[in-house]
Formats: sequence, C-alpha cells, structure tokens
Amino acid sequence: MRFDPERAAIRFGCGLSARHAPPSDVAGMLTRLQGPDHAAEMFPIPGFAPIHASLDEVGQAVRKQRNGKTEAEREQGQEERRAAVRRIRITGAEWFRQSLLRRALGADGFRERLTQFWGDHFTAVGKGGPWQVAYLPYLEEAIRPHLSGRFADMLKAVIVHPMMLEYLDQKRSVGPNSVAALRNERLSGLNENLAREVMELHTLGAGGPYTQADVRQLAELLTGLNYDRVEGFRFRPAFAEPGAEMVLGRSYGGETPQLSAIMTAMEDLATHPATARHIARKLAVHFVSDQPDPDLIAAMTARFEATGGDLPEVYGVLLDHPASWHDGPGNVKQPIDFVGSSLRALDLVPRHVPSGFGKLRRVFLGPMTLMGQSWGAPLGPDGWPEADDAWITPQRMAARLQWGMTAPFTIRRLLPDPREFVETALGRTVPEPVRFAAASAETRAEAVGLVLASPAFQRM
Amino acid sequence: MTGSALSRRRFMARSLALGCSLAASPLVTPVTMASAPWDARLVVIILRGAMDGLDVVRPVGAPEFAGMRPGLSPGGHDLDGFFELHPALSNLMPLWRAGELGFAHAVSTPYRDKRSHFDGQDILEAGTGMDALGRVRDGWLNRMLQAMPGIEAETAYAVGREDMLILKGEAAVANWSPEAALALSPQAHRLLELVTHDDPLFRDALIEAVELSRTDLAMMTGGEDLEPGEMMNAMQENMRVTRGGASSQSIARFAAERLRGDARIAAFSLGGWDTHAQQDRMLPRALAELQQAVVSLKAGLGPTWQKTAVLAMTEFGRTARLNGTEGTDHGTAGAMLMAGGALRGGRVVGDWPGLAEADLYARRDLLPTRDVRAHAGWVMRHLFGIDGAMIEGTIFPGLEMGGDPGLVL
Repeated sequence: MRFDPERAAIRFGCGLSARHAPPSDVAGMLTRLQGPDHAAEMFPIPGFAPIHASLDEVGQAVRKQRNGKTEAEREQGQEERRAAVRRIRITGAEWFRQSLLRRALGADGFRERLTQFWGDHFTAVGKGGPWQVAYLPYLEEAIRPHLSGRFADMLKAVIVHPMMLEYLDQKRSVGPNSVAALRNERLSGLNENLAREVMELHTLGAGGPYTQADVRQLAELLTGLNYDRVEGFRFRPAFAEPGAEMVLGRSYGGETPQLSAIMTAMEDLATHPATARHIARKLAVHFVSDQPDPDLIAAMTARFEATGGDLPEVYGVLLDHPASWHDGPGNVKQPIDFVGSSLRALDLVPRHVPSGFGKLRRVFLGPMTLMGQSWGAPLGPDGWPEADDAWITPQRMAARLQWGMTAPFTIRRLLPDPREFVETALGRTVPEPVRFAAASAETRAEAVGLVLASPAFQRM
Repeated sequence: MTGSALSRRRFMARSLALGCSLAASPLVTPVTMASAPWDARLVVIILRGAMDGLDVVRPVGAPEFAGMRPGLSPGGHDLDGFFELHPALSNLMPLWRAGELGFAHAVSTPYRDKRSHFDGQDILEAGTGMDALGRVRDGWLNRMLQAMPGIEAETAYAVGREDMLILKGEAAVANWSPEAALALSPQAHRLLELVTHDDPLFRDALIEAVELSRTDLAMMTGGEDLEPGEMMNAMQENMRVTRGGASSQSIARFAAERLRGDARIAAFSLGGWDTHAQQDRMLPRALAELQQAVVSLKAGLGPTWQKTAVLAMTEFGRTARLNGTEGTDHGTAGAMLMAGGALRGGRVVGDWPGLAEADLYARRDLLPTRDVRAHAGWVMRHLFGIDGAMIEGTIFPGLEMGGDPGLVL
C-alpha cells in the first residue's frame, strides 16, 4: 500500500472537504506543516495572556471576599469572582469554536491532528475557575509552535508552562533543604508528580529504564519551576533543592540552583532511546492502528534516534511507510475528530457554526461528553484512550448517532442532498450499504446521520 | 420471568437473526449469560461538591450546634434523640424505620487540609491515601472487580454522562446514560443495521444501545413505533430535556433495571452540594435528587433491594459554622448515607467527636474519627466475602479497617 490522497486526508487529516483538495503527496504535507500556520491566522486563539488576566481578577476578588471589612464588601468580592469566571468561560467557549473552525475549514488537517495528538501526550487539565478554559491557550503556546520542531523543544516548553506546573502540582513542590523550606518549615514538601509523569508519560514511557530513585532525584532537580499568576513562568531558586541530582546515572546541577541544569536533563530524557521508541509507538498507534506494524515502529524509532528527535523526520517515516496506508479498518475517530470531520464534510461556512457558550455546550460539548470526551478534561494525565473499543460502547455509539442525526440539521437547516453528501464525506470508496442507506432514509437529516454514523465515516 | 430476562431473550433472538457471531462480540459474549461470583448488589453514589454532613444528619443534641447553625431549615426528623434528619429527606424516613437506611458520621477520606474538590474527589474515587494522589490511575471499585474472579463486562455499570474515576481501570465496565437513549424509526433502525453489519464493533454496540434504550424509549414514545419525522423530534426532545445531564430518577431507574439482571455494581454521581451561600435554599435541591435516587432504586429493584447496599459518599464535609453568606465552606469530616435491604440501618454509626472549639479539626471542621473507606471496606467484606487483606492492600491501599461496625445484616 502506498500514499493515497483521500486516505491521507482521512487518516492523517481532518477528513474530506468539498472546499480543499486532499494532499497530493507526503512532501507536500510536510512542507505545508512547516510553513505558516494559516488556520491560526484565520481562526486565532490567544496564548495565556487572557488566562493570566482572569486569574488576576479572580485572585483580587477572592482577597476581597476573604478580607473585606464589611459583609457587603465580602459579598461583592464573591460576586466579582463569579462574574470574572463567567466572563472567561464565555470567552473560552469561542476559542473552542475557533478550534472547530480550523478543523472544518483549514487546509492543513495534519497540523490540527498533530496539535490534538501532542496536546494529549502532554495532557494538562485545568481545574476550577479560569483554568477550565486554559487548555486551548496552553496548546497554542506550548504545543503548536513546536509541532514541526524537535521533540526536546516541545518538552522544554511544556515543563515550564503554568498549565502543566499547576496541573501536576509542581507549583507546590519545594526542596526539603531549599532556602524557602529552611526559612519556613511548613513549605517543605517535595511533590513528585511532574517528575514521575515526565518519565512515565512524556519521555521514557511506563516500563522504561528508570527507578523510583530516579523519580525522586528528578523531582528534586525540578524544584524551583514555578509560575506567577500574572507574569507566567518563573524560576524560583529559593524553592530549589541545592546540590547535584543523579538521574539515569548522570549528574545534573550543583550547589547553585539553575534552570539550565533542568533543561540539560530534559534534553537527555527527550533524546533517550526509550523515549524514541515510546514516541514512535504512540504516533503509530494514534494515526495508523491500535496494533501497529512492528517494522513501522522500528523505522520511526531509528529516525527519531538518528535525528535527535526531529519531528518532521519522524512524521516523514510514518507517512512514507507502506504499513501506514493499509486498507483498514482504520482507527475509530475520537469524538473531536468525528465532530470536526463531520463539520468539514458538511462544508459549513463560519456563520453556520453556532456561537455563544450555551449553544456551543448544547450542540458540541454536551454531546461530546456523552461520546466519552469531556473536552480538555480527560480523567488523568495519561490522556484519552486509543483503543477503538474504548470509544464505541453502546452509550458512546448512541451519542454519535444522536449527534449525527440532529446536530447537522440544528447547525444548518438546508442539508445537502444525501446522495451527494455520501460521496463528499467518504470519497471514492463508498461502501454499497452506506450508499443505499443515504438514498433510502426517510428524511435528509436521517440520511446524513446514517452516513456520519457509518463505520466507514467513523473510522480513519 | 423478570422484565430484563424477557428483554434479554428478545435481544438474543434478534442478534441471532442478524447473523452476528456472539462469540466475536466483546459486548455480547458470555457476559449477558454469566453471573458474578456473588449475588449481592452494591451501588455507590458519588456526591460531588462536598455534602454538608452536619446539616443532613444534624447533631441537634450537641449543645454548640444551634449556635453554629442559626436559621436551620425547620422540620427535621428525629433519628435517635441526638441526630435529626434534614427535612428534604422526609421520604426516606420509612426506610429508616424499616432499618434500611443508616448513616456514618464524622467520616472522611484521608484527604486533609487542601480542601480542593478535584483532589478530594480523586482521592475518594481512587480510594487511596494522600501520598498516592496523582499516582494511582484506577478507581477502587475497578480494583475490586480486578481482584474478583469471574467478572464480566456487564457486572458493573457506570451510569450517567460523565466518566467516573471510581470505575476506571483494567476491569471491563459497562457505561450508559439515559440521555443516550435512541429513538429510531423502524426504517432508520433497519438502515443502521445495514451500514454497521460488517463491522462487529459498531454492530454490537448498536444492538446493545437499542436494547439499553428500551426503558427510556418507552417514556419517550409510549411504546409505539415512531412515524417518519417523529424520530428527530424525539431525539432532540431527549437531548433538550436532559441538557444538564440525566435526572437522578432516570439514572436510578436504569441502574435498578440492570441490577435486577446480571449487573452487581453500579456507580453514578449527583452534583449540587457545594453550598457556599444560601444553604437553606441550595441544599434541599441536591437532597431532593438524592432522595429521588434512593427511592427510585428501591422501587426499581423490587425484591432485589433486599440484597442491595447503597453507599452515598462525598469528597469532604463542610465547615462546622455557617459563613457570612448563610452557607458553609470546604471542611473535613462529613457523613455517608447507607441504604438497602442488605444493611443493618436505623442508626447513625460513628465515634462522635463533639463540636466544642477544641474538638474541631483545625478549630473549624468536624473532626474525622474514622476513614470512610473502612465502612465501605466492611460492607464489601460482608456483602461479597472479600478478604480483608485484599481490601487493605489492593482496593484501599494503606487502609486499616479497624473494628467491624456491623453494617451488613
């Protein structure tokens, strides 16, 4: 099997579109990925600045709520806090809309898929207040600029990002012998969360060549990584554990805590052979199959190692390998991929896509939760499952079908002719039963729903 | 023959008529025929947002209580001369009198001091100590399933829209939300069978989804076939009504139906407990949902209620004193509700710590005198015959179960 344009759009992109021709070859896909981010220009999502501003507002309101001199002042603080959180949630819902429009209308589907893949690899869930809508700004700032760079650079951007420092409790990790801990006994507490996940999830992989002692040493090395609510990342030497730390047999840092020692350790972890294998396997599982061809993994691993984790090189192996172009059945789309590729197939224009917090929740976010994907909020740092049968359970299948039959009509009253839509959505390889169903349903909405719910559309 | 056995038979007949290979299906396989190694039922309800145990099961016999809680909503029901029950749970009093409702008071998870809902709920559902926060990726009900032989995918159900950590893990667990109920016209159903026919994963999920929709579908359509065009309306109606999530009644009704059949475990969540302000208005709403859930479970379970234990647990309690906005803030110890015919109810168990300033945790919260996991552990010990070492080592790592509170009949 070799490169096929429609399969490239479906398996490695956001699906087929009446507006954009599918990619014509691998080189074109990689060139486009390394070129300007047109989708981000057309449908901008900000970095963390609005989150910082909102955290500041909420922080001030909470102070007033706690320390207000009169009950009226305290109540006002409470109301201000609520209003600030409400405002940022309304704003954040529009960012989600932008991310959908990128999938529906952008030319470079591969870029959107990679953003989702790496955002999931470096899962960080925002909990409470403005953090609830911080996921997309986090991707925009820490993930998306590094999609076609070195893996090590993405890792370094992630471990200093407030989103990750907050999610994995790094903000609260203080070296037991740090200046701050010696001054204030109550501060002294090492938190191993980020250190463990960096090794287990982000780099070497579960079962990788590290021990609990390495986790502990890396946790001590990472002390000092912190952030300011308003200013963002800040290295706080006073929180850092003094002395060198031994991670995987190599010593990092010295008496004076320095950010550069942490970055050197990240560089080594990011280019470790176990990391190469872990990342190669994960990419293959995500894009190609739950049981990927061992030769594909080996080839990607080798290129990762040879190039020090140069990501376009690794993607190139993935896209060139015959195993990547198997006839299927391909992986089941995750709900975000299903919803995004449906919008793309329906050929919407931006004004069709609902706006406003309530509508977005009703049409997209609520149904996606029912499909098993509470947007931006997987249950743990290991992110979303990859296995097909995790997504196609009775409830989740029913939710996909319900959405497919109702949402397109809600979004766009004038639905396409199902006999044409089935060709747009599935391309040259429309299975006969799906073609028959599209022509035989009692209403257009049901016909569109049947096409979207068919395994031919649900799989990549 | 029970309703679920009947529908199962119909379901099997239809699966066979469709020509699908039952053996190839991860969802339909022996599962539906096999039974778990025990007959008792356990329902765990996670009360998200921190239920105020002191207002739900009120220690009116404590001299400090009235001063801490001025303006308590009146009409509580005396339980044992010391505690009284919140009036919004009035419909549960018959259960209390029948010995099928009890409470554990002054209980908490090992979570301390930080008072974050998210971490608190993670600890509650992971079933671990604080040291394992962020480290343990599965839930305690799932670990219990992993530890038991003969568990099948439909032994345990997570019910409701959201994923639940408590049931996440290696052991297979089924999930369903009444909101997902499908209303299909006969023609749409036929065409769906056609388009999914060659893909076992989709085909079997669809068959099960249609089957699981039956209860709710009857409510939506009155049991009639849908006419063309009605289907969309029915689905949209279903999605519209349940915008904020399925009702506790429909969740409990569905859980009861499964538990009457082969399911042995069900878990779901109820929200609305975070009563920072105007607690006398907010708390009754959440309690009404809880009451409805318990009442619906009992009604739906029929005779199976006698083999059932329901545990309703929350991430932590709330402050002993009312705050400046007539609500309560995040605290430490709280109460657990226990219901079911398998339990020895009619009492409030617990080592009461008192409410004097010096008796409070950090001078603000009810002091925890027992790990809430110990009660859950003892219930499982007796309900399912699970070994104590398994409970203390695997299901609730680091727990010391302590003395038997005798919760199970």
